[in-house]
Amino acid sequence: MRVRRIQAIAVKELLQIWRDPRSLMIALLMPFTQMFLLGYGVTLDLKHIPVCTFDREASQDSQALLKHFQASVYFEITRNVRSYPELVDAIDRSACKLAIVVPPDFSQRLNDSGSSSVQAILDATDDNTANIALGYALAVVTSYSSEVVLDAVSRQGRPLQQIVPMTVQSRVWFNEDLESRNFIIPGVVAVIMALVGAQLTSLTISREWERGTMELLISTPVKPGELMIGKLAPYLAIGWIDAAFCLILAALWFQVPFRGTIFTLFVTTTLFLVVVLGIGYLLSVLIRSQVGASQIALLVTMLPTTLLSGYVFPIDQMPKLVQGITYLVYARYYVTIVKSIFLKGSGIPALMTPIVFLLVYAVVVMVLAARAFRKRLD
Amino acid sequence: MFGRIASIVVKEFIQLWRDKWGRFRLIVPPLVQLLLFGYAATFEVYHVSTAVLDLDHTQESRALIDRFTASNRFDIVRRAQTQDEVDGMIDRSDAAVALVIHAGFANLLRKGQAAPLQVLVDGTNSNTALIALGYVNTIAGEFAQDYVTDLAQRTQGIRGLQQAQLQVRLEQRPWFNPDFNGRWFFVPGVIATITLVMVVNLTAFAVVREREVGTLEQIMVSPIRPAEFILGKTVPYFVVGMGLAGLVSIAGILWFEVPFVGNPLVFIFGTMLYLLSLLALGLLISTVCSTQQQAFATNFFVLNPLFILSGFSFPIVSMPRVLQWFTYVNPLRYFLIVIRGTFLKGIGLAILWPELLALATIATVLLTFSILRFRKSLE
Repeated sequence: MRVRRIQAIAVKELLQIWRDPRSLMIALLMPFTQMFLLGYGVTLDLKHIPVCTFDREASQDSQALLKHFQASVYFEITRNVRSYPELVDAIDRSACKLAIVVPPDFSQRLNDSGSSSVQAILDATDDNTANIALGYALAVVTSYSSEVVLDAVSRQGRPLQQIVPMTVQSRVWFNEDLESRNFIIPGVVAVIMALVGAQLTSLTISREWERGTMELLISTPVKPGELMIGKLAPYLAIGWIDAAFCLILAALWFQVPFRGTIFTLFVTTTLFLVVVLGIGYLLSVLIRSQVGASQIALLVTMLPTTLLSGYVFPIDQMPKLVQGITYLVYARYYVTIVKSIFLKGSGIPALMTPIVFLLVYAVVVMVLAARAFRKRLD
Repeated sequence: MFGRIASIVVKEFIQLWRDKWGRFRLIVPPLVQLLLFGYAATFEVYHVSTAVLDLDHTQESRALIDRFTASNRFDIVRRAQTQDEVDGMIDRSDAAVALVIHAGFANLLRKGQAAPLQVLVDGTNSNTALIALGYVNTIAGEFAQDYVTDLAQRTQGIRGLQQAQLQVRLEQRPWFNPDFNGRWFFVPGVIATITLVMVVNLTAFAVVREREVGTLEQIMVSPIRPAEFILGKTVPYFVVGMGLAGLVSIAGILWFEVPFVGNPLVFIFGTMLYLLSLLALGLLISTVCSTQQQAFATNFFVLNPLFILSGFSFPIVSMPRVLQWFTYVNPLRYFLIVIRGTFLKGIGLAILWPELLALATIATVLLTFSILRFRKSLE
């Protein structure tokens, strides 16, 4: 290992990056714009769910119930339909996600037998939205129901005691308002870095092959390990800049609470960048054509990092076999790390498990990449 | 004219099918991805790891905890002895939910004085937390309801029972997906997304490669016109894309048992329009970029937002207005409505025509652009 040779390669690579300003612009602007697009686009909070009502009774009671829906921030009554086919049509067109149907004998049954019901018809194609909407609707109806009960009881002058046997007091930790943005944005940073990193290095070697400069490189005394370090160093610098962009945006622009230390963040981010850049480099060594390298890079990064890293879809809900596969998705560890540093303020000791996994990953990738590169032309 | 187009088509097919590795890349990854992501993408919440701290040790407190044990939504991982133990479990993510019953719970319950069940939730995944809290409320509510009914019946007979039941219930009627099965929602989405990534990536390299390798000059000296060249490039990828979409759709229906209740012809027609818009997008990228490296970076740049801002998993109505406008030029947005509509809702042309029209418009505009761009780059 000679520092001078590493330096020479690094300088050459830097010059090459510098003289292709278009690619450099893409590398620097991409995380920036992606942060904005995804940061705002990725949200699971549901408000103003479109609701249509079908009030078949049109009594004081039924209107009072529907007023409760109107008052809730989660619902927005977009349409009042007058017939069943009209309701079916509204759901088919996705004009509303939820339809509340009040039966014609609603208040009569409430007065006679003491219990009555309304129907919630849900468009359950999106099961998650439907499930959450159902929860909110249940809360609205329950609050209306207890109002009715209190009203009836106070008219009869009976004590109120037995009405509330139990309450649920819930406290949410780490993300007190259950803002989906707070848990998704740190994940978005991890995903963007995984994508950008692979994209930076995945063509470095195949480009030398296709342009014919490989022969020059081979005729120099540089060793595979030195070549790798020299090629990766400039991209690590770009990676740092990109990561700093994303993390600063997350903390200052999107106001995700930052409870950890910058030191922990720096150490773990560097480790992750080494893994990501190393993977790109390995692909580039293994596949000589740029199309092939890019296709595989896109395949192993974009969908796996978004779907299997746990940044939105919880890993513990996946089948065991798929859970096993997620251990191969390196973004998974960084997602855990960034989320914990941001929301829980975890330090390095608490993050030991993902850090060790990343370290192992880094070593394996580096060794594989250094060994896969042969100084031969065939 | 047809002869010239045909020769380009034949050339592209030969290039696509020539090597074994290329054929492998075309067929195997989409199927593997479908299987993996079909299983991975779900927001359903089952078996939430739960810690329990029962400081009351009464029949009532045990009955309440039994209700949680009996549901498959919660898995009790540990019965803690102290509050610190519970806090530590949440801190280390050993448990996502903790139920704490303080001493005196049963006493308050018997008096009807709002006996508290304390719930601690790890909010780092807000969606899971929200849904888990919903289940806690449902189970606790049922417990309270049954307790009151039981008590009223014992103390006041039938009249008391009636009084206790005075209430309004909400009956749920989930249409199209009665069991709230997340797979039914996501598998069609995964099919659409895999098609997007594969087809755009393939076509994005179609023209750049010729330019970088230098074969574009040969084509320039041949008598072919720009429109013919672009058409010749489109047809083979269209055929490949149809095969791909068909393959993953059939695999999705057979393997994940997602119902297909709609009209297959509407679905096929929608897929054709969708493919055309994807091809046009890929070709546009290909004509704009001058090297494969740039095409690749642009691909990343374009595909990820298309995927996230489509309604695949994040509801479009929750996005800020500006991003909602952006989704109107996203072909995936329209195709998701078409594929979910035909798979699950069984709706037809009468309802889907605006989406199909939008796809056709996107395809026409992008294709025109890429032909114009290509003509310009030839001069």
